[in-house]
Amino acid sequence: MTADQLYRTVRLIRRFEERAIGFVRSGEIVGGIHPYVGQEAIAAGVCAALRPDDVITSTHRGHGHVLAKGADPARMLAELMGRESGLNKGRGGSMHAADFGLGVLGANAIVGAAGSIATGAAWAYRRQGRDVVAASFFGDGAMNEGMLLEAFNLAALWQVPVVFVCENNGYATTMPVQSAVAGSITGRARAFGMPAFTVDGQDPEKVLAATSAAVARARSGRGPTFLECTTYRFDAHHTFEHRTRLNYRSTEELSTGRSRDPVEIQGARLAAELRAAVDAEIEALLDAAAGFALGSAHPDPAAALEFLYASPEVQR
Amino acid sequence: MPKLSYLKALNRALGDELAADESVFVLGEDVRVAASNLTAGLADRFGPERVLDTPLSEQAFTNFATGAALAGLRPVIEFQIPSLLFLVFEQIANQAHKFSLMTGGQCTVPVTYVVPGSGSRTGWAGQHSDHPYSLFAHVGVKTVVPATPADAYGLLLSAIRENDPVVVFAPAGALGIRDDVDFEQLGPVPLGVGRVARDGSDVTVVALGHLLQDALAAADELAGEGISIEVFDPRTVYPLDVDGLAASVARTRRLVVIDDSNRTSGFAAEVLAVAAERFDLVAPPRRVTRPDGAVLPFALALDRAVQPGRDQLLATIRAVLKGER
Ligand SMILES: Cc1ncc(C[n+]2csc(CCOP(=O)(O)OP(=O)(O)O)c2C)c(N)n1
Repeated sequence: MTADQLYRTVRLIRRFEERAIGFVRSGEIVGGIHPYVGQEAIAAGVCAALRPDDVITSTHRGHGHVLAKGADPARMLAELMGRESGLNKGRGGSMHAADFGLGVLGANAIVGAAGSIATGAAWAYRRQGRDVVAASFFGDGAMNEGMLLEAFNLAALWQVPVVFVCENNGYATTMPVQSAVAGSITGRARAFGMPAFTVDGQDPEKVLAATSAAVARARSGRGPTFLECTTYRFDAHHTFEHRTRLNYRSTEELSTGRSRDPVEIQGARLAAELRAAVDAEIEALLDAAAGFALGSAHPDPAAALEFLYASPEVQR
Repeated sequence: MPKLSYLKALNRALGDELAADESVFVLGEDVRVAASNLTAGLADRFGPERVLDTPLSEQAFTNFATGAALAGLRPVIEFQIPSLLFLVFEQIANQAHKFSLMTGGQCTVPVTYVVPGSGSRTGWAGQHSDHPYSLFAHVGVKTVVPATPADAYGLLLSAIRENDPVVVFAPAGALGIRDDVDFEQLGPVPLGVGRVARDGSDVTVVALGHLLQDALAAADELAGEGISIEVFDPRTVYPLDVDGLAASVARTRRLVVIDDSNRTSGFAAEVLAVAAERFDLVAPPRRVTRPDGAVLPFALALDRAVQPGRDQLLATIRAVLKGER
């Protein structure tokens, strides 16, 4: 993975998110989104360490993970707009985006839920003789969900090839991590017998290096690794917050947090011309994506419960 | 003909499916030693990766099964007690059930959840005596409650082969039932197809799981008085065999439902609503259920007082025959 490829991913996610926020404001995206702005280096670095057939599980703040795993931005944007051409045919939206063809087993809106799904999937692939690794993303808030801690136990106990990626952005909505987590995040993971590291989550190359080691370990049968990636959420918890203007972060804190911008950190590693070329390429890609999404059909209301069952004759 | 017990039938179905399909595996607490007998002999036959003992982490292992299903396996989870389903309602109702629609049909989640010993297990009191099938029907998770050994075998087989999540409730009161069974005749029983367990012409009694025995006994007793009861076993709570039920009620024009769950929003309430919408009855339909919001008390007499039973059923049938509300 070259520096410009990593830059391309963080820049793509950043600009995708900024455009998506614009579409929330203009009403094209209904219901709002949880912006990933500021945290792009984690998705980019983790997914760069994975093979195409490896799988991920994601969260309510999942656009970055899904894009970094290779999803088509046009179909992703169409999904956010609830269009039939979306990744999930408009049935999932922002918090459930999935692309099984790319190993994206779905964003999940229940905090802490997906760690056990990733563990089960990775275990099942191993049982089928495939050396697939799962990476599971979650926030610092999820570290207090019992179900996730149960998943750590199962994964460590059975040496499941999974990488747990905790994106510690300092807050669960408005709850600061210091007020929420007793002990330490990595300490909790280590208690289950997993190696656990704290990584600079603003630097895509550092995330990539740490994840590559964890993936190699998992693939060679030595079980799970836990990565705490320290990061900062530049934008609101959810775009609702743009209207409610919750007051829980000081201006000073915001400017300090935003001063370590993953797009700038990675961008500085590129020659100016190359960087400008990547930027231009991404704008063109996202222009096309927006055109595609806006021009796509809305699903037929008569098909509202399509896909509910594998055998559809159930309903009356 | 040889006798087959209900529990042995479930065990046999599980063994047959494990043997037939490599992708099937069982997981749960104490399944290797088969604490509940459901998995007796299976660990020796299939090994620890097909019969997987889990730590006490219901929420994680229920989602783990969803993940394994997404990756191509067909997990069967055994839950030791019915109230554990309250603990994993999120994982079944909000995760497994919703995955297919939310992903626009990109996946299916073929997980089977088996509860061997649902409902009152005499003397187990408040937190071990629920029979929460109505909850799953309400959210639209396929839900079956077999009444006989042959159905226990056939419905579990179908549940495992089904590509959607299915909850199989094996009532504690049915586990010990033994029937003469022609093993050659054992086979899958389709989900969503009920069965007339006894023909009759005066009243249709809908009875599920262990209550089928009570309904049949009540029918015997009333036959002595010249009253002809048809007993309909829906077998599947969701999807409900409305057509089968309609055919039965068309013959009898009277309806009583006996349901071992709480009254409000319960299974019996659903059957009565269907009757009100669709059936042409000559007397108001009635239901025999646990009381609203019931918690089973410990003392035996109190436990029995809360469960729907044969005497209540007889009284209710007589009331319906008189056209009473
Ligand atoms: C189990 C659960 N509890 C509460 C919520 C509501 N909720 C959605 S996101 C969120 C905060 C999650 O914080 P964190 O895990 O740190 O992730 P972040 O939002 O910072 O990315 C909460 C409380 C939820 N979706 N699921």
